Amino acid sequence: MDPVFLSRLQFAAATMFHFLFVPLTLGLSVLIAYMETKYARTGDKTYLRMTKFWGKLFLINFALGVVTGITLEFQFGTNWSRYSAYVGDIFGSLLAIEASVAFFLESTFIGIWIFGWKKLSPKAHAGVMWLVALAGNLSAVWILMANGFMQNPVGYVIKDGRAELESFMALITNKHGLLEIIHVVPASLLLASFFIMGVSAWHLLRKQHLPVFERSFRIGLVVGLVTALFTAFTGDLHGVNVSKTQPAKLAAMESHWETQTRAPLVLFAIPDQKNEKNMVEIGAIPGILSFLGFHDFNAEVTGLRDIPKDERPPVLPTFVGFRTMVGLGTLFILLTIYGWFKRNNLTENPTYLKIMLFAIPLPYIAMEMGWVVSEVGRQPWIVYGLMRTAEAVSPISTTQVFTSLTGFILVYGLLGLVGFYLMAQTVKQGPDAANQSEKRS
Amino acid sequence: MELQAIWFFLWGLLWAIFFMTDGFDFGIGTIYPFAGKTDTDKRTMLNAMGPLWDGNEVWLITAGGVTFAAFPLVYATMFSTLYTPLMLILFALIFRGVAIHFRGKIDTPTWKKVWDFLIFIGSFVPALLFGVAFANIFQGIPFDGQGFYHGNTLKLLNPYGLLGGVLFVLLFIVHGANWMAVKSTGKLQARMAAISRKTWLALVPVAVVFLLTSYFATDLWANYFRYPVLFIVTLMNVAALLSIRYFVVNKTYFKAWFASAATIVLCTFFGIIGLFPALFPSSLHPDWHLTAFNASSSPLTLKIMLGVVIVFIPIVIGYQIWAYHLFKDPVTEEDLDMDEAY
Repeated sequence: MDPVFLSRLQFAAATMFHFLFVPLTLGLSVLIAYMETKYARTGDKTYLRMTKFWGKLFLINFALGVVTGITLEFQFGTNWSRYSAYVGDIFGSLLAIEASVAFFLESTFIGIWIFGWKKLSPKAHAGVMWLVALAGNLSAVWILMANGFMQNPVGYVIKDGRAELESFMALITNKHGLLEIIHVVPASLLLASFFIMGVSAWHLLRKQHLPVFERSFRIGLVVGLVTALFTAFTGDLHGVNVSKTQPAKLAAMESHWETQTRAPLVLFAIPDQKNEKNMVEIGAIPGILSFLGFHDFNAEVTGLRDIPKDERPPVLPTFVGFRTMVGLGTLFILLTIYGWFKRNNLTENPTYLKIMLFAIPLPYIAMEMGWVVSEVGRQPWIVYGLMRTAEAVSPISTTQVFTSLTGFILVYGLLGLVGFYLMAQTVKQGPDAANQSEKRS
Repeated sequence: MELQAIWFFLWGLLWAIFFMTDGFDFGIGTIYPFAGKTDTDKRTMLNAMGPLWDGNEVWLITAGGVTFAAFPLVYATMFSTLYTPLMLILFALIFRGVAIHFRGKIDTPTWKKVWDFLIFIGSFVPALLFGVAFANIFQGIPFDGQGFYHGNTLKLLNPYGLLGGVLFVLLFIVHGANWMAVKSTGKLQARMAAISRKTWLALVPVAVVFLLTSYFATDLWANYFRYPVLFIVTLMNVAALLSIRYFVVNKTYFKAWFASAATIVLCTFFGIIGLFPALFPSSLHPDWHLTAFNASSSPLTLKIMLGVVIVFIPIVIGYQIWAYHLFKDPVTEEDLDMDEAY
């Protein structure tokens, strides 16, 4: 165990944990803003109850998202100081812009939203939620742009032993970053929709609070269907781009060893990275991989064997991650299409409701797996083709990282439990607890 | 050259605003278990900073982000050499963040006790450690030209470092008590005013000793002797510090809070001016000092970021002032009965 390995583990753990909360807040903020606007416009109390109920769940996630987000900013300096010094000119600017343009807006207005129910008119209060939603998603845009630079560095020159900004325009129109944005932002809405549908299903199965949850479910269904289709579409665009810019990642995603035209898609395989082959391989469909990667059945796809050994990403996680994400993505489309036909008599379809309840974790898994594909698949580079992860770590001791990593695992483990418990309690209490101003001593 | 100097002062300004805004949250959290005699007191304290502290904390994220963007080498060296104290600050901030949000979610004494403790830890530890860290930065940190750290984390707790920590804690307590005096009424308000007055009596000697020992422990005074006009800042600092007392005694608490805010900003600038042009001096060799001129980003990045900061920071200040204005009145019973209240 060395500082590189431990720092990678720590960063992976911190980021994946952070991303359990962020997508829900990104998507839910938009949906809550919509519900509250409906209330402000029509005065329909059901929309108010919806706003308050989903708002409570939003806030629990927001709190956890914020505190775990600070960790990420700190870690670039604490654990990846060589990286920070090498690309700070570019990467640091994107983070600083994110804070000053977006995160300030979100954090200031969320305080106003929580405490401003009586200080602002309903319309202004709904407007504040729109600002929160806008700011949160704008934050995501800048962070994904920063990640886009790590995936596909553009707009820089190497000068005085570091990467310096050459073109800000090139940096913020980075195709990889833009594709990430149009994939991750709708995926967050998709996750929030499934969350809403799953939680609503739990109440609908008990035939309680029907007005609130039938309406919530339907909003989730419409948004879920649209975003499931859109996310799949942008995922395909993303794949085509990765094929061109990161051939090693594509090969690892498919555990594809031999360079060939009419490359097949393998339905099931167990990669064996050491012996440069697949241990087991079932169901190869010729030409499909060429088509997915290049939209051409005859395109040549580079195999891992033609990529230098020290430039190959870990195949197994990338391969499994990609399959899980795509499989779940397909399932989301099927589930929402089915739900569309049952939308007017949901309570008569308990099996479907049960499936949707148990489907709550699936978009989370799909998004985490998407990041595994993106980040593990980028290895051994921290900035693709420019800087290796092993060169990026701070000159710190193993003990230091080991201690902090242990701390993170303990604290995050507890936070996860507390967060889950609070969310479950809030869900169980239902929307009426949100409306009684029960006196707390 | 000018661009780098401008960025040096912007960098200082962002840290100063962070200490000024989140400083009173840290102060309130530090006195929270002692001054909050009843649950209503405690909830009044939490709800007094409730709508604002989230936005205040972003000044830290921005100060950090701007250090990263404008002085990447400083960001890299500062965060990696101060690994352990920064991790402690980070964990403390995590505790504080969830504790404020989660304390009121479940109404049992044990649940509340746990979060109460974490609110204290999460406020006191950053207040102390930011003070210790900055006092050590004023002295210089033992790192070499390659960014390797040659010190011992425990040595950060040297007398001058600890003095800096105590100074920060006392400043933030006064600042927090002043805000609480604005945001409360009756007994609680009287208690908060008393805390502000008493803590101020401890703050003054600590501040004087800190300024004097800075002469022996650091090079901070050198710039002042070179350009004596800078002593105006020190005089303003003294005036701000004295006026806190005046306003508290006269029960004009908002003015007192404003005075403690000014004191914190001026104290930060006492150090920032003294450091110039170094942002992160090395105690091993002056050649290894990281300065505004040898550790900055490229001119292009500095220019673009200057544009961003000049446009957006005033906007941020504008809407934060609006938020403060919206929540300037004392916390009432009705506020505490709101379902969303902490």
